[in-house]
Formats: sequence, C-alpha cells, structure tokens
Amino acid sequence: MDKILVGLKRAVDYNVRIQVKSDGSGVETDGVKMSINPFDEIALEEALRIRERGEASEVIVVSIGSSESQQQLRTGLAMGADRAILVESGDVPDTLSIARVFKELVDRESAELVILGKQAIDDDNSQAGQMLAAIWERPQATFASEVVLDGDKARVTREVDSGLETLEIDLPAVITVDLRLNEPRYVKLPDIMKAKKKPLETIAIGDLGIEAGPRLEETAFEPPAGRQKGIMVDDVAGLVAAIKDKGLV
Amino acid sequence: MAKILVIAEHDGATLNPSTAKCVACAAQIEDADISVAVLGSDTGAVAAQAADLSSVARVVTIDNERNDPAIAAVLAPQIVALANGYSHVFGPSTAFGKDLMPRVAALMGVNQISDIMSVEGSHAFKRPIYAGNAIVTVNAPADHPVVATVRTASYQAAEGGNSAAVESADVDVEMPSHTRFVELQTGSSDRPDLQSAARVVSGGRALASEENFELIYKLADAIGAGVGSSRAAVDAGYVPPETQVGQTGQIIAPDLYIAIGISGAIQHVTGIKDAGTIVAINKDEEAPIFEIADIGLVGDLFAIVPELTEALG
Ligand SMILES: Cc1cc2nc3c(=O)[nH]c(=O)nc-3n(C[C@H](O)[C@H](O)[C@H](O)COP(=O)(O)OP(=O)(O)OC[C@H]3O[C@@H](n4cnc5c(N)ncnc54)[C@H](O)[C@@H]3O)c2cc1C
Ligand SMILES: Nc1ncnc2c1ncn2[C@@H]1O[C@H](COP(=O)(O)O)[C@@H](O)[C@H]1O
Repeated sequence: MDKILVGLKRAVDYNVRIQVKSDGSGVETDGVKMSINPFDEIALEEALRIRERGEASEVIVVSIGSSESQQQLRTGLAMGADRAILVESGDVPDTLSIARVFKELVDRESAELVILGKQAIDDDNSQAGQMLAAIWERPQATFASEVVLDGDKARVTREVDSGLETLEIDLPAVITVDLRLNEPRYVKLPDIMKAKKKPLETIAIGDLGIEAGPRLEETAFEPPAGRQKGIMVDDVAGLVAAIKDKGLV
Repeated sequence: MAKILVIAEHDGATLNPSTAKCVACAAQIEDADISVAVLGSDTGAVAAQAADLSSVARVVTIDNERNDPAIAAVLAPQIVALANGYSHVFGPSTAFGKDLMPRVAALMGVNQISDIMSVEGSHAFKRPIYAGNAIVTVNAPADHPVVATVRTASYQAAEGGNSAAVESADVDVEMPSHTRFVELQTGSSDRPDLQSAARVVSGGRALASEENFELIYKLADAIGAGVGSSRAAVDAGYVPPETQVGQTGQIIAPDLYIAIGISGAIQHVTGIKDAGTIVAINKDEEAPIFEIADIGLVGDLFAIVPELTEALG
C-alpha cells in the first residue's frame, strides 16, 4: 500500500485535572498542558510499524485545529511520520466536518488506510472514524486491538463488550484503535531535530470547500455531581457490617 | 410529537438490557412515540422481548441473513431507510452502539450526540466529556433528526408487561460486502455480565498475577457478582479486556462495587460514578479511590479478601 493517513488531535493531556470555568462557559484550557490524544499516538505507532514492515510507503499525520496543533504534528514527525498536514481552523470543527476533511485528504492523497483513535479524550465522542467510513463508503474496524494486513485485506480484532471480535475488511478502510493495540515509541532528541526539516503543509479549512455539519450547540458546562467521601472501617468485621447494614448482600 | 426509533442490541436470541435503558431515555422526551427496530436473521424472539417493554408503541423488524452477526456497515444503510420520518434515532452507548450510530448519523448528514445522560428537552441533552469531569448541555438543531447514543449507566431499564405490535419492514438498500465477520471470542464465564450485574467485584494491578485473581473470582462468586478490573490489570494480562471498567472500558452502575487494589485514577472512576455503593480496599490510605468510596478499608488485600469471602459466603 502506498499511503496511510493518521489523525493527531491536540487535546488536554490525560493527566490534567479538568476544571469547569466558574461561569459555565467551558472548561479551563489556559495554561493547561496539551498533548497528542493518547489513542492517536497508538494510531501513529501502528502506521509506523506497518511502514517499517514494508507494507506501506508513507505515513502522513493530519491535525485539524488552530496553528498550535503544529506542536503535536511535529511530535508525530519526530516519532517517525514522513510528513504532516495541518488543516487550520479557528475552532475545532464539528465531528462530521472532521470526517469530511479526512475524506477530502483521502481523495487528494489517494490514501488506502486511515488510522484514527477510538476516541478523543476531550469530547469523548468516538465518532470521527465511523463517520469517515460512512461518507467514504468503505469498511470500518473500530476499537482495534490487533491489525494484520494481508495484501488488499486486513484482519482486525476489535474490543467489544462481550470479548474480542475479528473482522476481515477490504482496503481502503478506516481503523480506529484501542489502547492495547501497541505501546507507542518514545521520541528521541535527534529525531526532534530531524523532524524540524520534515514537510508540514498548512491548508486553511475554508480552502477545502467543506460544508459544515448541522451544529450541535454547547450551551452550558457544569462540574459532575460529586460523590461524597464515605466512612472508613477498621477491619473486615466492620466492612461486613457496613455492607450488610445497607442491605447489599 | 417526537417519533423515536430505538435500535435494538441483541445476540440473535436475547435482547441486550441496553435496549430497555435506551427506551427509558426515549420515554423521557415529551410526547414520545417509540418504535424499536430489530435487525437480525430471525428476529421473532428478540422482537417479542422488545414488544414487552413499557412505552414501546411498535416493534419494526428486518429479517435478513446478512444482519447476523451485526456489522455496522451492513446495518447502517437499512437503519437510515427505516429512520425516514423519525425525529430521533437512539442506540446504546455500548461497543455495538458506538460503532454503529456515528455511521448512521453521517449517512443522514447530521452530527451525533454521544452518551446522553439526561433529557432536558426534545432537542436538548446533557452528556459527559473529559472522562466525566465536565457535563455539557447540547442543543441539537430542531430542523434535523437527532441521532444519539444513550449512556446506559444513567438509566433504569424500562419495565416489562407491554405488548406492542410487531411489524416487519422491507427496505431496499444496497448492503456492502467489504466487511466480513470472522469470529467472536467470548470469555466462557457463568458470572453476571458487567452491564446488568447488581454487584461487581474489581481487581487492579495489586493482584500481581493471573493466579492471584482467583481471590477476586472467589469473592465475586460468594456474593453472585460480576468481575471487573482496572486497565493496569488487563494490560498486565491478569484478566481479559472485556472486564475493564472505566473511560475506555465499560461504564457501569451496579448497586455494589468493590474495588480491590485499584488506586482510583480518574479514567477508572468515571466508569463507576453511578454505582450505588462503592467499597474500596487498598493498602495506601492516601489512594484517591478513598475520596469517592462510600466504605473504605485500609489494608493488605491478600489478608482481607479471603477473610471477606469467608464472612460473606
Ligand atoms: C487514555 C487513557 C484511558 C484510560 N482508561 C482507563 C480505563 O478505562 N480504566 C482504567 O481502569 N484505567 C484506565 N486508564 C489507566 C489509568 O490512568 C490507571 O493507570 C489505571 O486505572 C491504574 O490501574 P490500577 O489502579 O489497577 O493500578 P495502580 O494505579 O498501580 O494502583 C494499584 C493500587 O493497588 C494498591 N495496592 C498494592 N498492593 C496492595 C495490596 N497488597 N493490598 C491492597 N492494595 C494494594 C496500591 O496502593 C495502589 O493504589 C486509562 C489511561 C489513559 C491514558
Ligand atoms: N481535530 C482533529 N484533528 C485530527 N484528528 C482528529 C480530530 N478530531 C478527531 N480526530 C481523530 O478522530 C478520532 C476520534 O475522535 P472523536 O470522534 O472526536 O472522539 C481521534 O482519536 C483522532 O484520531
């Protein structure tokens, strides 16, 4: 296969404790550490391994968002991607638009495989890959924990609620990855230097001629209903009494 | 009136409890007229279970060999055809629904709302983001159908006792053959599954081996509980992946949740926020799990769990 596209979303780092702004207008992102969405690192790692096995010739990382997403793309290049495309957009667009952007890039690049994360850990949507597969009219193998390529087909094992499901899909296709697919490599300093010379193309989202999806309007943000800290017991007898007291066994 | 189509999840024989939870969510919309769509190869038994759910006005079935086992790319175009005339299309936020519903939404040209946790109006819903650390109210445009998944842990299953009409439907759509089912490997366990279990016992990294997880199984069996785990325990190979609870595993709401040797990372805790009572056993009194536990016990699980199993068995 020739090209693989990988989505790298810039998202609040998974270690950050999220705070809702006191006026309910959003969550606090000022001065907060931003990273590549963790699932997307796994997506990129898988694409790199496929290329390193000689099963693909080029890995292109794509981010849609503000110019700051260049940081995440540079990290992707340092991990080993060949080139990067930033689709610049003031706000992060709605998910259907994200899928339409990927479809446009798939056509431009004649990509045969798109690997995305199973979900972005900020919006927790878990939608973009499935939407892309729908409008591309191609297979989707979501929540992948194993990917085996075989010519113009792939066998993908998926983490589902009842266990592990295996699908066979024809390429081109979309795969979204789960956490156990692989362990992403660490970026080494020399690679960061090398990555500075790799091509990073910027396209204004307006130039792609994408029609935005009907918008879901986010009107208010609030912290979740908290759970109260409960009681501590001293020993098993105390624990058993407390559980029985609540009529739970 | 809101015309709502709920997509049933099933395994060919049994309706998954997630469907009754979706129906319960749909029933909260004012003036809801609820249909349940059952797609399968021989839908009779499942359709009868769906027709039994209260608030359901009718069950619509599509029988086709291609629908068994369910593949999102095959189901989606049929659902789009069925959804014509409906104002809402709901599915569960299980692996089945998460895989399927965005594909349906994109084919219909709309965005999808994930994980509805409360209904604020026919087109307004609350949902969790950032692993449940923030709740956002989302307004969907009134001039488009609403396609959404329902966070099953937020709803009690609709009750039975109904007898809705069952109609079979014919749709004339092209079904792709580019995606083929190969196999499903399921853990062969007689324990209650996590989504419907009233009690769940979970073990974390502290169990330190697959063999030691026997301690968790024994306690679970003593109280008729399902078995869960943290991601660390799954990654280390102590338990199969379908046991993982949390942001990227299962979101559950048992009456009793016992977390053993689990630190309480936000990604884990988001999966149990709706549990009735949370019990935590951990040797570190500073472990974050104690911040949200209703009953906490500090100590070594290898001493505590056998004693607890004995006492509760
Ligand atoms: C994007 C992303 C998604 C994630 N999704 C999930 C998810 O869905 N679910 C999930 O669980 N995690 C998830 N994680 C991982 C999560 O951040 C934590 O790493 C994980 O939950 C830790 O598992 P643990 O509590 O078993 O292990 P640890 O954090 O290592 O905790 C082990 C605990 O056991 C205690 N202990 C040790 N020995 C004993 C003993 N003998 N007796 C009693 N107590 C003992 C220790 O004090 C400690 O608190 C995710 C992470 C990321 C980045
Ligand atoms: N703005 C974005 N830029 C690049 N990739 C994205 C973007 N949004 C979503 N994706 C990809 O789509 C996956 C699923 O996102 P979501 O549907 O938002 O949960 C992510 O893990 C990314 O791989």
